[in-house]
Amino acid sequence: MTFSQTHLLGIEHLHPLEITTLLDRANAYAEAERGRRDHGQPLKGLTQINMFFEASTRTQASFEIAGRRLGADVMNMSMAASSLKKGETLIDTALTLNAMRPDLLVVRHPHSGAVKLLADKVNCAVLNAGDGRHEHPTQALLDALTIKRAKGRLHRLVIAICGDIAHSRVARSNIHLLGKMENRIRLIGPPTLIPAGAADWGVEVYGDMAEGLKGADVVMMLRLQKERMDGAFIPSEREYFHRFGLNAEKLGHAKPDAIVMHPGPMNRGVEIDGTIADDINRSVIQEQVEMGVAVRMAAMELLAENLRKRRNMGAA
Amino acid sequence: MTNALLRNARLIDPEAGTEGLGWLRIEGGRIAETGLGPRAGGMDCGGACLAPGIVDIGVKVGEPGERHKESFRTAGRAAAAGGVTTMVTRPDTATPIDTPEVLEFVTRRAGQDADVKVRPMAALTKGRAGREMTEIGFLMDAGAIAFSDGDAVCADARVLSRCMTYARSLGALIIGHPQDPVLSSGAAVTSGKFASLKGLPAVSPMAERMGLERDLALVEMTGVRYHADQITTAAALPALARAKAAGLDVTAGISIHHLTLNAFDVGDYRTFFKVKPPLRDEDDRMAMVEALRTGMIDILCSMHTPQDEESKRLPFEAAASGAVGLETLLPAALRLYHAEALSLPELFRAMALNPARRLGLEQGRLAVGAPADLVLFDPDVPYVLDRFTLRSKSKNTPFDGQRMQGQVLRTWVDGNLVHDRNAKTSA
Repeated sequence: MTFSQTHLLGIEHLHPLEITTLLDRANAYAEAERGRRDHGQPLKGLTQINMFFEASTRTQASFEIAGRRLGADVMNMSMAASSLKKGETLIDTALTLNAMRPDLLVVRHPHSGAVKLLADKVNCAVLNAGDGRHEHPTQALLDALTIKRAKGRLHRLVIAICGDIAHSRVARSNIHLLGKMENRIRLIGPPTLIPAGAADWGVEVYGDMAEGLKGADVVMMLRLQKERMDGAFIPSEREYFHRFGLNAEKLGHAKPDAIVMHPGPMNRGVEIDGTIADDINRSVIQEQVEMGVAVRMAAMELLAENLRKRRNMGAA
Repeated sequence: MTNALLRNARLIDPEAGTEGLGWLRIEGGRIAETGLGPRAGGMDCGGACLAPGIVDIGVKVGEPGERHKESFRTAGRAAAAGGVTTMVTRPDTATPIDTPEVLEFVTRRAGQDADVKVRPMAALTKGRAGREMTEIGFLMDAGAIAFSDGDAVCADARVLSRCMTYARSLGALIIGHPQDPVLSSGAAVTSGKFASLKGLPAVSPMAERMGLERDLALVEMTGVRYHADQITTAAALPALARAKAAGLDVTAGISIHHLTLNAFDVGDYRTFFKVKPPLRDEDDRMAMVEALRTGMIDILCSMHTPQDEESKRLPFEAAASGAVGLETLLPAALRLYHAEALSLPELFRAMALNPARRLGLEQGRLAVGAPADLVLFDPDVPYVLDRFTLRSKSKNTPFDGQRMQGQVLRTWVDGNLVHDRNAKTSA
């Protein structure tokens, strides 16, 4: 057993073997799901609370389905509309929920580092479903599983991550994960959306799609995060699409068998041409969503195993 | 007891830049006589260091308005325990110190409760809002020693130029916070590979140079006496050097945190390391240590900023800025001494002599006739800092749990013993 984490707060502190363990388990779940096989309810008797301090549809639904398929009791709390409005601090909210004795806490928060702050105060397993611009570990894991299934391996690939890197927690988690697995990572985007110091992360930085996509095995598009921008990052959406939006012509610079990915939700016509997104020969976007459930099942199951071990040791 | 003889002490004289084993005699609260070598009688200092008490520019006390964070009593005790004999207090309190009436309240409260000398600063603009100047003349009459809006940078250059012109006519000292207010708005850390990986809102170190260049241009235009509260980046140094070479009446300071910590210390979002301006890269830190040694940076201070537990137990972006420093300024500064980056006379030049001179105060020296504001410390004694042992009401120190070396043994203000480490009374 090579997964020793108490929480899943990010990819940065995971060992490559832990990532492999997670992905192998997730792949087994993905196959079982496709075969409509029974999972034997490993999370039966456990309570999973989804706390989303930021609006989410797909991630929250994915975590909920993953939990239910493994037999957990799942509760959703939309925190945007709740106690924060009454002035309660994040830590107090965490302590309140902790007193209800949940086993798995899935948290999304608009501030970087907030999920770790909360995890330090509770004695259940915490999964980071996205904290500010910091990390979104299950997204990187589902991307990795999708790549591994499509390409047959998860190392020595040329992977281009394109677009709004600056505001993207998905990009940061992916850079950690794909870097640990020894891939060649390229970041492509306008300089206003490439974070300061990114060139020191062990990646190659490009300001031109044609150049950056040359010979790429994987083209990972990011959503332009309009809601996180306070002005003057790009001149207009049409110029952005012209220079950095993925269309057939730009994709032609990548390898002929390159796959196209997007974490969703997509802005069609802003960062990606609709026909590329829907091209079943190139786009693995739907498979990403499918792998999302499998990865979250695996992550929650592994954390629950560790949680039970800790509790048994505490009881002995 | 304002008469005393202290012998067998390592005298740290920042004025002469020397140190040597000797003795010092206090009479009537002033230094009456000093000399090198042995002498009989009086108190044996056991070879510990005797230096002028620290003059700390930029101490925040929570009165009026936030006494739960720090009162004059607790700040005074912390200062005495840290070898700080003069606190120059900041006007950025919950109720800004922007009228003579509020200033008189502060002076009265300080006189009642503080164990050390207190010299208050006043706000430069009403409410620190950067729109109308305060009654600089009346405030000087009431004892304001300098004028500053703290970290609220006056964005309107026309307002600031008028404040400076008016201040110049009265000979007032203005203390600025060099930072471009737009570029730095919302920032929690210094931009770079670390900040970007952690996903925190960041400001380029260039914002400091931009703020400084703007201020220095206005200083040149108005001829005002100007002190930059904290210069923390190498990119700002050439502008400072040019201004000094051109003969402008300009000095610059830095906080101890920027000299002993760097941006990586934030680690996994540790909010006690959130200060203003944010901690810088190691290259900048080393450049600033060198700038302090050469005297380009004149003044080293604690930037004592008490924050309660609640305001720090938040996500990093939302947490309050600032760190307490009265008690840790000297032990942290001794890190630079132990690292052989700065000598003790150099440190006390920056912590005592220069700030006193800049403010026109007679302390900060070991000279005959100067007030006997003194600190006796052992520079070598090692310990691990526990923040709950601090005398400050707020315990937000970034040095919690860290190994420190050097401890204050005794502190005197005007020859009166205000701190004795071996005394049985607990503070």
